[in-house]
Amino acid sequence: MSLFDSTIKELEAKLHNQEITVEDLVKESYGQIKKVDGDVHAFLTLDEEKALEKARELDKREDKSGVLFGIPAGIKDNIVTKGLRTTCASQFLDNFNDPLYDATVVEKLNAENPVAVGKLNMDEFAMGSSNENSGYEPTRNPWNTDHVPGGSSGGSAAAVAAGEVLFSLGTDTGGSIRQPAAFCGVVGMKPTYGRVSRFGLVAFASSLDQIGPLTRTVEDNARVLEVIAGHDKMDSTSADVEVPAYTEALTGDVKGLKIAVPKEYLAEGVSEEVKNAVLEALKVYEKLGATWEEVSLPHSKYALSTYYLLSSSEASANLARFDGVRYGVRSENAENMLDMFVKSRSEGFGDEVKRRIMLGTFALSSGYYDAYYKKAQKVRTLIKNDFDKILADYDVIVGPTTPTPAFKVGENTSDPLTMYLNDILTIPVNLAGVPGISIPCGFSQEGLPIGLQIIGNYFDESTVYRAAHAFEQATEHHKKRPQLGGAK
Amino acid sequence: MAEISKEQVKHVANLARLEFDDEAVEQMANELSSIIGYAEQLNELDTENVKPTTHVLDLKNVMRKDEPKKWITQEEALKNAPDQKDGQIRVPSILE
Amino acid sequence: MNFETIIGLEVHVELKTASKIFSPSTNEFGSAPNTNVNPIDLGYPGTLPVLNEEAVNFAMKAAMALNCEVATDTKFDRKNYFYPDNPKAYQISQFDQPIGEHGWIEIEVNGKKKKIGITRLHLEEDAGKLTHGEDGYSYVDYNRQGTPLIEIVSEPDMRSPEEAYAYLEKLKNIIQYTGVSDVKMQEGSLRCDANISLRPIGQEEFGTKAELKNLNSFSFVQKGLEFEEKRQEKVLLSGGEILQETRRYDEKTKETILMRVKEGSDDYRYFPEPDLVPLYIDEAWKERIRSEIPELPDARRARYVSELGLSEYDANVLTASKQMSDFFEEAAGLGADIKQVSNWLMGEVSAYMNKHYKEIEELAITPAALAKMIKLIEDGTISSKIAKKVFAELVENGGDPEKIVEEKGLVQISDPEQLKQVVNDILDQNEQSIIDFKDGKKKAKGFLVGQIMKATKGQANPPLVNEILAAELEKR
Repeated sequence: MSLFDSTIKELEAKLHNQEITVEDLVKESYGQIKKVDGDVHAFLTLDEEKALEKARELDKREDKSGVLFGIPAGIKDNIVTKGLRTTCASQFLDNFNDPLYDATVVEKLNAENPVAVGKLNMDEFAMGSSNENSGYEPTRNPWNTDHVPGGSSGGSAAAVAAGEVLFSLGTDTGGSIRQPAAFCGVVGMKPTYGRVSRFGLVAFASSLDQIGPLTRTVEDNARVLEVIAGHDKMDSTSADVEVPAYTEALTGDVKGLKIAVPKEYLAEGVSEEVKNAVLEALKVYEKLGATWEEVSLPHSKYALSTYYLLSSSEASANLARFDGVRYGVRSENAENMLDMFVKSRSEGFGDEVKRRIMLGTFALSSGYYDAYYKKAQKVRTLIKNDFDKILADYDVIVGPTTPTPAFKVGENTSDPLTMYLNDILTIPVNLAGVPGISIPCGFSQEGLPIGLQIIGNYFDESTVYRAAHAFEQATEHHKKRPQLGGAK
Repeated sequence: MAEISKEQVKHVANLARLEFDDEAVEQMANELSSIIGYAEQLNELDTENVKPTTHVLDLKNVMRKDEPKKWITQEEALKNAPDQKDGQIRVPSILE
Repeated sequence: MNFETIIGLEVHVELKTASKIFSPSTNEFGSAPNTNVNPIDLGYPGTLPVLNEEAVNFAMKAAMALNCEVATDTKFDRKNYFYPDNPKAYQISQFDQPIGEHGWIEIEVNGKKKKIGITRLHLEEDAGKLTHGEDGYSYVDYNRQGTPLIEIVSEPDMRSPEEAYAYLEKLKNIIQYTGVSDVKMQEGSLRCDANISLRPIGQEEFGTKAELKNLNSFSFVQKGLEFEEKRQEKVLLSGGEILQETRRYDEKTKETILMRVKEGSDDYRYFPEPDLVPLYIDEAWKERIRSEIPELPDARRARYVSELGLSEYDANVLTASKQMSDFFEEAAGLGADIKQVSNWLMGEVSAYMNKHYKEIEELAITPAALAKMIKLIEDGTISSKIAKKVFAELVENGGDPEKIVEEKGLVQISDPEQLKQVVNDILDQNEQSIIDFKDGKKKAKGFLVGQIMKATKGQANPPLVNEILAAELEKR
């Protein structure tokens, strides 16, 4: 029995009553990391010394108040941390030891005094769905290390699933929180676009990126989002909308909740196991007094194309700053200015990053802009309208998070398009900008977790959490733990 | 079906300040062709009267007051630079 | 064959806001390298831009002063290109919805007035500064990165380098009056690129243009264009073809030198900036800015002629710089004679400024001091000649003219008895001059006046001296 089988709220109470110390928690965290991270590879950068120092400092405090006080956490490595190496899992940033400032979410967390134990692995610059695009040793799925943990927040999901930390921060551009959460059997929330500040999130696709929490339980998740959400003057796209107490929405009551189930989300390409798990979940909701109806999001099939054109275009500009001038690794083979740019970038970036930069540069280039970029922006409008229409009549949209459970390492690396299809059910949510969560809703025959996706209206994370929590409390899926060291 | 030529790949690579060897150029041409080819499906949709979406939220006029604030020192500004001299960042010249 | 010259200008003007356009760093010229920077200016991963409201106000003000229509819906775009001084490898600029469009200004060359169209005025961020060292490396200072900039693109309406010069003078003049920029070319707060092409007279289609860069003063713009005009004419007359070139003006050789030949247009891959939300400029906002625009040079010039009775020429000179004009208004406002103030500013003050390469605001003399000094002349306390001595002191060290006159004993001698004494002393010492005068030699009188002034260190009241001398000579 690990301390980490408790919820954050329970641990906070134990700390408050002095049954445990913060040092106990941090030692537990590092103990588990030492035990399993050699197999899981969830972390890229650790600083045990600093974490313990912080733990002891917190233990000395009279005032132990603060949500998340003393709770061990991990931060995805595309969220900048002052004085702590931030690589985005890219060799280009291998030497980026001090980003000079803390991301707004890190500042907000720090105000509540959790203990950041380290920085989490990911697909390089958040481009990927398996963590196989990490510029370092890729993260493995704690449920079966022959399988991928999903991506790009693979490290964030695996670290929580493997009991290395109580919560982590991930980022989601096309499913990068929800897909790995589904693959690793944890709870992952992508909030409404603009709900959480992006200041300090190393941008992949600015109009789609959002930071969100990954946790073991829905309650923990709501607790973390409460802390990191809110308007930020440093992010012009952050919304000045009040943050409700999400934890207070967790009533367990979903009587009369109107659920929409898009037929496109249970169509061809979605495995039988996943489909069945979702249908079972809908039965649970029926029992709880909710109703569901089949609806259509007719432009869903265009989401993938739209997403890849838009996200890659934005990425091509966002990643242009990695030029070897002010930070990062400058090529030693640069003899002139052009060389410095070309060689530093070509040597520093991995294949997938280059592929997306190329795609985005092409889509924005003279003569193609209207046909690809602008066209995709228009289709984005149609996709958003689909959601607006359904969410005007229903409280939430429910479906699978991914078409299949976690696939095997190396299984999908040969063809980029097949890999991209993994995100087909999560991408539309980012294009629309609405919030979406993935929670465990079952296991495959192989014993791999299956995720249920619950999508809500703009800034209505409360209803999403309420629906997710009611399901969680009515089921046992979230209580299952991976047996590490089983495979291999 | 969109076909992206090797010449186009080289042109785009130059715009993006990336370089690929011949084999990689060919592979990139194939991969981009297949992705762009797939994306041609968007042409099924009539979007003539559809407004493009740049921002999903309808925010306008987000601005700050004109107040200067000190943040980092010169030393910090140069801290991560691969090469520097006399307070400036040093880079190779255009021609060498 | 005779050719017509077609010139269009692109002018960049730095706005003097307190902080940068997208970050709170200080917007200041001349600081130690990389001291006015923060992670946003350095393009650090994760940083985001937040728009400075004042930069928008200033751009609107400039647009309105240049007779542009100000956009109601406007936005920012990314312009992508790699260069070490461009830290994000994209510049935040405006592509298809500039803040101002369809403007114009009126210029005057050789007495002929002409309207020059302004295609667009847009807001963007300035880049850092890249300098090329002797050691084979280049050096980057990001202090300038993020300085708010407006780019003003003219229509190809100018037909001669003189017109281009007049356009620049006028543009600078107007912007200076709005107060949104220092418009100092030597500090780079105003920069200019010129496009020039030739076409046979009568032909409608434009010829291929060359772009001139590195033009560090208005006169270099004119000289560069003059050289380029001749160069292109020569090429065309010899049956050659003009290529789309970027050329720079070399100040030493007074020639334009080829930098590169452009192949097609640059591909900047503009797209809407996702990190910034659109601007909606409603009528109330526009009205507020419009009401803040001070009187502009044309209006002021007209007023000087019609209300103050100054000549067209004087009005032009006085309004050529806002500081000069403001100085004039303040001194005149304190009750000093308008013609006198105007004469002093255009005479002694301008001469001093030209000699010492100084702007009027850098001089020690204040409008109040000039006004007081003019009053001292008017009431006869000092002569015009003495006034020059007072002015010399005021312009160098400032101070109160009355005190200077007192301390240096420069008060004019207007006491007839005292002067009569001096006159007779001089006459006694110069018998020959009296004889000469009686013989009809007029010059003798001038000599005597000179001697009297010398004896009184120039402080004798000249009309009085003349009067008394005439009377005393009669007596002899």
